[in-house]
Amino acid sequence: MLFNLMDAILLQLLNGLDKGGAYALIALGLTLAFGTLGIVNFAHGALFMLGAFCAVTFNKLLTVSKSVKDESITFFDAYKEVPYLEIWWGDTGAAIIDYAVPLSILFAVPVMLLVGWVLERGFIQYFYKRDHASQILFTFGMAIVIQEIVRHIFGANPIPTPAPEVVSGSANIGQYFGLGDNVVYPWWRLIYLGFSLCVISAVFAFLKFTTFGMVVRAGIQNREMVGMLGINIERRFTIVFSLSAVVAGVAGVMYAPIVPPDFHLGMDFLVLTFVVVVVGGMGSLPGAVAAGFLLGVLQSFASMNEVKAIIPGIDQIIIYLVAVVVLLVRPRGLMGVKGVFEN
Amino acid sequence: MAIFSAVVLSMPIWMSPFGAAYPDILQKFVIFGVFAIGYNILFGLTGYLSFGHAAFLGVGSYTAVWSFKLLSMNIIPAILLSVLMSGIFAVAMGYIALRRSGIYFSILTLAFAQMCYNLAYSVLTPITNGETGLQLAKSDPRIIDRMFSEAGEGLPSTTLFGIETSGYSGFYISAVIMILAFYISLKIFNSSFGLKLKAIKSNQNRMRYLGFNTKPYLLTAFVISGMYAGLAGGLLAATDPLAGAERMQWTASGEVILMTILGGVGTLFGPLLGVIIIKYFENIFSAVNQVDLHSFYALLPDWLEDTMVAISSMFVGEGWHLTLGLLFMFVVAFLPRGVLQGVEIGYQKISGYFGKRAEKSTKEVDTGANHGE
Repeated sequence: MLFNLMDAILLQLLNGLDKGGAYALIALGLTLAFGTLGIVNFAHGALFMLGAFCAVTFNKLLTVSKSVKDESITFFDAYKEVPYLEIWWGDTGAAIIDYAVPLSILFAVPVMLLVGWVLERGFIQYFYKRDHASQILFTFGMAIVIQEIVRHIFGANPIPTPAPEVVSGSANIGQYFGLGDNVVYPWWRLIYLGFSLCVISAVFAFLKFTTFGMVVRAGIQNREMVGMLGINIERRFTIVFSLSAVVAGVAGVMYAPIVPPDFHLGMDFLVLTFVVVVVGGMGSLPGAVAAGFLLGVLQSFASMNEVKAIIPGIDQIIIYLVAVVVLLVRPRGLMGVKGVFEN
Repeated sequence: MAIFSAVVLSMPIWMSPFGAAYPDILQKFVIFGVFAIGYNILFGLTGYLSFGHAAFLGVGSYTAVWSFKLLSMNIIPAILLSVLMSGIFAVAMGYIALRRSGIYFSILTLAFAQMCYNLAYSVLTPITNGETGLQLAKSDPRIIDRMFSEAGEGLPSTTLFGIETSGYSGFYISAVIMILAFYISLKIFNSSFGLKLKAIKSNQNRMRYLGFNTKPYLLTAFVISGMYAGLAGGLLAATDPLAGAERMQWTASGEVILMTILGGVGTLFGPLLGVIIIKYFENIFSAVNQVDLHSFYALLPDWLEDTMVAISSMFVGEGWHLTLGLLFMFVVAFLPRGVLQGVEIGYQKISGYFGKRAEKSTKEVDTGANHGE
């Protein structure tokens, strides 16, 4: 009994960290755009969704096929679809197709950079001086447009995008901890957790250790001052917005094997990540990450049967409940920066 | 006001050229009109952007259906109860959410609405009937109805003292209620209470320095707009006795925000205009298909016809959301006070143009007359 409970707790912890990884990644990008540009970007969920569809597109591109006569069937003429890559390079080609999802990160990064740049230069730069309500509304409209374009191209049904064969199974984690064979967890989700940690630390390192990052951090604190020192902060902020789009995009790419992406994926995540950002504190990057993992873990613990037996329905509302309590008790969120979004 | 009532009540006539003169969509126009008018009292006057109004719509619907099930098929108790219930919910939600303002208020209302939605789907299934939605059943008690008559064969339908509330009569009943709701909102806009709300929007601190406690005013506005939403929910249930949780989802709140902004926030007629535009798109525009498009472009040469059809098919039918999104982006970017502002500007331009021409022609006449002398 005790061991069963331990197993369940470990599993839920992993589940929570995994979910939290996705929340943290999206919230991180959202906070980047918000802290630097002061833009409340409701289209951020749509960028996450675009990332997932980068994986889908790349997968489709790789598997562009030609119908070839199937030699194994001799009774009649049968044809099967064989991807060009396999025809050209044989097993190497097949391996490339197998690793389509991780490889599509290489494809997604330039695409998302471009998308971010276009959105910022094309639309969002005109909204810096408007109030937050119009920013929210405009980006909300933008999210609808992006979503509909994706639906027009890919249709409304979720598109399954498989993870590489090697990691499509499950890891027997219980053994490593000496807990028996009950704790089994999909490899890809573990990879996602590791991946999100890597991306998060990369972003932090970028902001902490590069000159560019230093300027951006200075810009978050006092924009005018940095401008007066002769630095073109606007241009750097454009790059930061593209960077936030890239973070959302790669988060989406890696998420594609976990949930088959459909055009509505972004909207489902958007609300949750906004709550995450607010709980973490508007404009605080560590806050966004911490709140992402915290809420992810809380959510999965609340969905345990033992907990649900005590408070029915808690799994459905825990995130929002936490958000309400945090906002009322700590007005600036968990790690809110003073002076950002005070009212 | 009389003109407004006449325009609303004659909707079945002047809507027919647009292909929107059937009762279903007309009912939607007026019911969501009530919703948007109410939302405008909060957002338009005080500037508080609530993402939680769908919850009140849902609460209103559920209450009305329960009233049909337990009390009577008459819509009067159902609507009164749904307004009351959503009012109670609004007091509770507003009391907490209004402790913050700005984006925090938006997130708090969003959190409450999502909690209601998620609970309605999961734990509260005995009350809400979960995914299937709450429906009428033959075995429902209907205490008040039973006092007067025996249970009839089959499912009874909703009535207003014997008048059926579906189809055109449903539209007229809802339209009368909407006109009343509009009248009340007109009174609120012009009252000193409305002025205080506008003052809160423009500068809340100054209001406080002047010695006003702004919280009660905000809470009143929040509750009033919540009750409007409940009324709309009750009417939705009255015209079609069915309540589902999807009415409470945050996208439903998003929809009413779209309507209000699109038409013109803070104006009296704007929200109604927004409702008509969006519901028209949703019901009519989305039904346009390739065949209609081909007949529309039939005059063009074939290759041009095909390309035009290919391009426009992105924007109609399934893709009506795309048109809506683009329109919405345009409106937020260039017309912060909505389509109504666009109409205003257009009107000024045109009247300015004609005014100048009129002036010019009179001048010409004058000079001509002088020359003649």
